[in-house]
Amino acid sequence: MCKTFGAVRANDDISLALAKGKIHGIVGENGAGKTTLMNVLYGCQRADAGEIYINGARRSLRSSAAAIRAGIGMVHQHFMLVDNFSVLENIMLGCERGMFLGANSPGPRQARAELQRLAAEYALHADPDALTGDLPVGAQQRVEMLKTLVRGAEILILDEPTGVLTPQEADDLFRILRVIRGQGKTVVLITHKLREIMAVSDRVTVMRDGRVVAVRETEDTSAGELSELMVGRAVVMEYSAAPPRDSGAALTVKNLRVRDRQRVVRVRDVNLSLRSGEILGVAGVAGNGQSELLEALAGMCKVDGGEIIFHRGGGEGDGGGQGEAAAGSSPSQLRAAGIAHVPEDRRATGMVAVENASHAAILGYHCEAQYRRGQTPRGIFFDWPFISAQTRRRMDEFDVRPPLPEIRAAQFSGGNQQKLILAREMVREPRVLLIGQPTRGVDIGAIEFIHRKILALRDQGSAILLVSVELEEILALADRIAVMFNGAVVGETPAAAADEKQLGRWMAGVRDES
Amino acid sequence: MKVEMPGAPQNMPWWIDPLLLTVCNLALAFAFSALLVWFIGESPPAIAAELLRGAFGSAEAVGYTLFYATNFIFTGLAVAVAYHCGLFNIGGEGQAYIGGLGLGLAALYLDFLPFPLLLLAAMLAAALFGAGWSLVPAVLQARRGSHVVITTIMFNFIAAALMNYLLVNVLIKPGSMSPETRVFADSTHLPMVHDMAAAVGLTLSASPLNLSFFIALLCCVAVWLFLWHMPWGYEVRTVGGNPRAAVYAGISPSRCIILAMCLSGGLAGLLSLNEILGSQHRLLIEFTAGYGFVGIAVALMGRSHPAGIVLAAILFGALYQGGAELAYTFERISKDIVIVIQGLVILFTGALGFMLRPPLGAACAKIFSGGGRAVA
Repeated sequence: MCKTFGAVRANDDISLALAKGKIHGIVGENGAGKTTLMNVLYGCQRADAGEIYINGARRSLRSSAAAIRAGIGMVHQHFMLVDNFSVLENIMLGCERGMFLGANSPGPRQARAELQRLAAEYALHADPDALTGDLPVGAQQRVEMLKTLVRGAEILILDEPTGVLTPQEADDLFRILRVIRGQGKTVVLITHKLREIMAVSDRVTVMRDGRVVAVRETEDTSAGELSELMVGRAVVMEYSAAPPRDSGAALTVKNLRVRDRQRVVRVRDVNLSLRSGEILGVAGVAGNGQSELLEALAGMCKVDGGEIIFHRGGGEGDGGGQGEAAAGSSPSQLRAAGIAHVPEDRRATGMVAVENASHAAILGYHCEAQYRRGQTPRGIFFDWPFISAQTRRRMDEFDVRPPLPEIRAAQFSGGNQQKLILAREMVREPRVLLIGQPTRGVDIGAIEFIHRKILALRDQGSAILLVSVELEEILALADRIAVMFNGAVVGETPAAAADEKQLGRWMAGVRDES
Repeated sequence: MKVEMPGAPQNMPWWIDPLLLTVCNLALAFAFSALLVWFIGESPPAIAAELLRGAFGSAEAVGYTLFYATNFIFTGLAVAVAYHCGLFNIGGEGQAYIGGLGLGLAALYLDFLPFPLLLLAAMLAAALFGAGWSLVPAVLQARRGSHVVITTIMFNFIAAALMNYLLVNVLIKPGSMSPETRVFADSTHLPMVHDMAAAVGLTLSASPLNLSFFIALLCCVAVWLFLWHMPWGYEVRTVGGNPRAAVYAGISPSRCIILAMCLSGGLAGLLSLNEILGSQHRLLIEFTAGYGFVGIAVALMGRSHPAGIVLAAILFGALYQGGAELAYTFERISKDIVIVIQGLVILFTGALGFMLRPPLGAACAKIFSGGGRAVA
């Protein structure tokens, strides 16, 4: 079986051959064109040029329906499931076979039988009558895979499948993938996590800048070689950091509770403390209350109970002294008090995509006197030439490319947008920096730069609360690690004593016996 | 409200989008209009010539065109200010109507004031009444999430009913049969442009063009300064572009919504300055005549930028004025056909404004692909 196709721009003249019955990994930085390639294969987008052959026959995949008929199934990074449908209903979605969906109608009956057969064959267990929204993420992913298998997929494409899984769930997934391979089906695994590629794939394709730069048999390569190929140079991911200077408490969180708009408790009775010159890493699978914790600390959402105290002036000793209650403070009050916040989702929260980089560079600080004409708080007009020149300097300092303040924020790549926001929040040397997913969707070269900036700020004595779903990132940066599950902190440990297995258990919600 | 439009390559010159696209849209609208005229049995070139002559052929014609354009500038600005906050204010009609009530009351009961003071009072009253009329939808949107599209259009009906009642029962000139107030005192009338020109020795033929045209232009400058050079405008645009980013930055979206809607209503209210204090000199029923709605098209076509709005307002002014002339000159062309032509312009520049964007973008990308700079 062979597919070749070449497209321009996002995908530049790519040829790819997939062997039947193998697990094929595709790695590359964000923006390398992996997802575009897969969207073309799945019929979501059309190639400008090039051809696709399946089992030797040329196929034109004009729509995802055509791709499904051709035996291609895709599990998207963000699941395409209807939460308030049962598992069975989700699996039938799009191939109901008939107008009536009662339990004894032919469609549901066949689907149920099929589901049982597949569950036995692939060890993919899912209760057909469970409500999809109630299932844990790993089970939802299994539903997605069952969906594609029910439709007779011979080629299964998984886009960043482990982003939402705990290490244990990921291992479970790999076990299933090996079973699927054993049935003679082809698996395409798109990821930027090299550890997973090394663990499960048979062959790896490395993409960079829309091109295939290398194809390797997994057994003949190493994670080091792959990451060099992805970035185009060697990457150092280990940092030698000075031990934290203990210079007093910066932030104390006591019994914090946060509910969302539906009155669901998102953060339950969290206690945390953060000292100046220290990075506290908050790990956990996405959606376990870290986002809400961060937003509550940053004053973006209402706090339901408990206390948040940002300590003033980094008082000596063990953080006593005068505190400053912050529950209920607005983001602008917090900024004025030296609490900076790099939001988790830079595009959705950290900037206005349709405005230019100068606009983004002063967001949140736009009321400062330095930006007014005449540099006085009484000035009623902005001093745009000054703002633009300052933005330009910061872009140089933080290596934002291209360093052009007049370009719209949306036109920068993810990494450059992130550096622009980091520049805004870091140049004021905040007492406390709240930072969420600092390197999500950022390419490896920029990740290293961002990590060094965060460490440098810590060494200057800022207290940093780092929320990340990338365990590697937390392990590389944090001095202490707290793990959240279902809104609560299940465990906390000094980073030096951290054990990945232990963290994984905490991430799955298993508390230590004590 | 603002979304990334598809089909726009990143390295196009900036003017392609606002200028070339608009010109193409207009060409399409006029092409369809020509087909229609040809179908009716008139010659499209003759109609076009007459339309141009009617709108720009004499100082008087230009005066009328700019008089109508003044109305469109006010209502266009009103729509634009709300749009920059992510709000679609389609209640300009009602806000202008109620603004007229404020202006009318000032002109009726404060006519003892010297003219500059009266002008100030009348402007303030018109803007405050207009702003007040948009305040309720604004607060409902900001606090309760009731969509302004729904509430502002309902407020148009309430405004119409209220004004009907007031003009028929309360403000009507005693003994009169038509629902309108008495004529305002001469001292309150806005100076006409032809009178102003005569004062400096220029002779212009009479038209209803008056001082408010210049006030409208000043409003354009003020709106531009507000939106792009003042922190308040910055906050309004942040809320419009990304409400979540606004919350993150410590900006209160509800405050910005209320501010933007009140400014919007105030600008719409100023329409009465031109129509009532400048031309009719009395408050009368339905003086807004749909200008509030056309303001939506003007703002869309002008890309919600004051400079674009002035150009779009002059185009619509010319269509109003030239179109009125057409109906006199050609027997087969009725007033309705003129409205159809105006509707086609609104359809192609407003509703279908981005239809040509992908092909145009692709064409330009081919032309400019060599020279453009790549943005990483």
